[in-house]
Amino acid sequence: MGRARTIARRGFLIGAAAIAGGVAFGVWRFKTPYPNPLLADLPEGAAALTPYVVITKEAITLITPRADKGQGAVSIQAALIAEELDVDLDQVRTEFGPPDRAYWNTALSAEAVPFRATDRGWLAETARGAMAAPMKFLGMQITGGSTTVPDGYDKLRRAGAVARETLKATAARLQGVDLASLTTERGAVILPDGTRLSYRSLAAEAAQTEPVAEVTLRDPADWQLLGKPMQRIDIVAKSTGTQGYGIDVTRPGLLHAAVRLAPQGAALRSFDATRAKAMRGVEKVLPLPGGVAVIATSTWHAMQAAGAIVLDHGPSPFPPDMAGHWQALSESFDSARQDSRFRDAGDVEEALAGGADLEAEYRAPYLAHAPLEPLNATVLYTPERVDIWTGTQVPRFVQRNVAAITGLRTEAVHVHVEMIGGSFGHRLEDEAVRHAARIAMAVPGRPVKLTYSREEDMTHDFPRQIAMARGRGRVAGGRVEALDLAIAMPSIVASQMGRQEIPAPGPDLQIVAGAWDQPYAIPHYRVTGYRAPELAPISSWRSVGASTNGFFHESLLDELIHAAGSDPLEERLRLCDHAPSRKVLEAVAEMSGWGTAMAEGHGRGVALCLSFGVPCAMVVEVSVTPDGIRLDQVHVAAEVGRVLDPVNFDGLVKGGVVFGLGHAMHGEITYRDGLPEQTNFDTFRAMRLYRCPEIVVRGLENGDRIRGVGEPPVPPAAPALANAIFAVTGTRLREMPFDRQIGFA
Amino acid sequence: MPLTVNGADHPTDGLDPAMPLLWVLRDVLGLTGTKYGCGIAQCGACTVHIDGVATRACQVALGDVRGPVTTIEGLGTPEAPHPVQAAWIERQVAQCGYCQSGQIMQAASLLAEIPDPTEEDIDAAMSGNLCRCGTYPRIREAMRAAARAMKGA
Repeated sequence: MGRARTIARRGFLIGAAAIAGGVAFGVWRFKTPYPNPLLADLPEGAAALTPYVVITKEAITLITPRADKGQGAVSIQAALIAEELDVDLDQVRTEFGPPDRAYWNTALSAEAVPFRATDRGWLAETARGAMAAPMKFLGMQITGGSTTVPDGYDKLRRAGAVARETLKATAARLQGVDLASLTTERGAVILPDGTRLSYRSLAAEAAQTEPVAEVTLRDPADWQLLGKPMQRIDIVAKSTGTQGYGIDVTRPGLLHAAVRLAPQGAALRSFDATRAKAMRGVEKVLPLPGGVAVIATSTWHAMQAAGAIVLDHGPSPFPPDMAGHWQALSESFDSARQDSRFRDAGDVEEALAGGADLEAEYRAPYLAHAPLEPLNATVLYTPERVDIWTGTQVPRFVQRNVAAITGLRTEAVHVHVEMIGGSFGHRLEDEAVRHAARIAMAVPGRPVKLTYSREEDMTHDFPRQIAMARGRGRVAGGRVEALDLAIAMPSIVASQMGRQEIPAPGPDLQIVAGAWDQPYAIPHYRVTGYRAPELAPISSWRSVGASTNGFFHESLLDELIHAAGSDPLEERLRLCDHAPSRKVLEAVAEMSGWGTAMAEGHGRGVALCLSFGVPCAMVVEVSVTPDGIRLDQVHVAAEVGRVLDPVNFDGLVKGGVVFGLGHAMHGEITYRDGLPEQTNFDTFRAMRLYRCPEIVVRGLENGDRIRGVGEPPVPPAAPALANAIFAVTGTRLREMPFDRQIGFA
Repeated sequence: MPLTVNGADHPTDGLDPAMPLLWVLRDVLGLTGTKYGCGIAQCGACTVHIDGVATRACQVALGDVRGPVTTIEGLGTPEAPHPVQAAWIERQVAQCGYCQSGQIMQAASLLAEIPDPTEEDIDAAMSGNLCRCGTYPRIREAMRAAARAMKGA
């Protein structure tokens, strides 16, 4: 880590820079992908030139600035660079790199504008470009929104190509040979006579070479790594217990800490730590904003003592019980709370003037992120500098916030990003790191690791939004003629960005994401978002707004299709006005044998949801057994433009399906007296192996743009399951989790 | 009485006998391959073998450990993986990987007991091990592959 960090701190690199014994390539000159006059006035510093490749005599290091929480981000970022650099993955080291605005996420902005992902018109593209400017200006070094691949697809390959061409130019200069006569292979420049000059041997000289700025990216047909099955860089370590995560960080003289926190948003009046202070191993008890910390000789002793602290706190600033939360949503379907109506085709009012054929209300609960690695951060504070070891998706926020807490300059805050044991959006929040920084300030010069107990992690999560939807529609002649969907939820973006003190003006697209932007041409079609008041603080949860809205939209559409007496898949195909989306529907129809007879007690359901630019269709097959509904098989197809690693793609899609199905069946966070009732995996139930169906995955490559697939398989899972259960039982499930209403085998 | 972990004896003098084995492994011995996930035997991330039997290390106090302990680090190594680990690598089971030490220890224990498990045996043995990334389909595949490999060995 050391060298790369030192380099980046000098500021924005232009081209290559000499470092002790080697060279760092800063390569990527910001270019807007489309002509965009709005970007012309960008400040000078925002033309970020980013270091991704560091070569020394000893090693080739690739910087992979997007966090890896299990999605394989390190491997795919490394492969994108390596493909053009001409190195094999076993020849390189990887590092997450430091927090630096140069690592801003280009692709996040695509999700922040009110244009359907299928809209490639001038206005839509201009708006996307315009959003990129503030994203870049803020230096949004964020991992999320399934953007790692779309963000890195060009710029990481370009980074590899510039480094490769500069190394070739170096070799040409040193050897006095024609540049065009040189080739590269497996980390070496090959001279015309076959002599191999390793990149590492060229490193020091390469730093003196004028970098080659103009490069041509290789045709995908010539790829050596991308598009083929890869072995993930971390797979051996993760199969042998040797992968280090944030929770495994150790430092000489490490102390251990745990917290006992008041309910979220509640004021801590006082606390009694008499018992805790007398417990074995306890070194220190200290107050935090909204809680108390214990420093002890082991994590377990710290947790035991933290559990023995008695808190006296005020109420949480949201309704104490669920009835109050649902009432707040119910009351939000009001013009004064209308947040958006980006979809308003035909004349819905007119079409429904004679009454609706169907009206329904749907609900989705709060859900914990609950990755298996609890929140943790290790911090070493001294009056001069602070070092933080933690898994985070927002290293720049961490740096800024810890600087504010410690009073140190941001340059003195050193964030070492660690591998993350799952996130699903949990590590977009940094409250635990802020607590850890305060704890470390109580023991200057001593490193201290804060580990949340599972109970603190679950009860102080910023959960998935609670949401409610009301739908109605009209059918005629076997066709869906009108669909009117209204969705109410608190603003995720306002809650999340509010904790970072970043304003989020305008409508919150997440309130309607996965509903307003669906690829259907229904004659009278309207989707309205209502912004409920802030309730429990919420955050992004795998697939964000679409995690609830995909369920609402695709359940309502399915109900209408059944009301019309049509086939759920055929009518969707008839309504679909987006060719790549039609193809994923056709794929799952073929894979599942849709339309073929099924045995008595067996049924199929289909759903399609376009989220994060990816149309993903799913057919779920269930059967009725004496023990309840059994999930037999799932067929899923997703269109991502290009599949870069078929093995990881297959795994990520399966994981998304399991996540979507598991949380449709089980799991919710409910508040009682202002506290979550679920505190651990005994009460927060999740998918277990015995309930996991067989899953068959197909990746399609018909789209014109590359996309990430971490989130898109989640939204269609719940409605496909509900639609299958309806098909076989006639029971329409309109509220998650389904196991409140129906048993599963 | 010393604690035997992966064949090595460790003195336990001065250690709190009430401390769960999980935390002795992690915070005292530095064997961090065994993971903390829930602390109440609901997730299986801390699964180790005590005398060859898969056990949740968060539920066994140091003072109650009777028998030698094997952790993921003792099952196999990157250079010489156990057949279950080899199958996990070959099938690329892990995503975040945090639960996989426990999954592998649980799977190794089942296959030692039942070399040719039925799907029901796998369901029964593995459903106490939670995976939040949803790697269950590949866990199942890897277990079948490991069973075949171990039979052939």
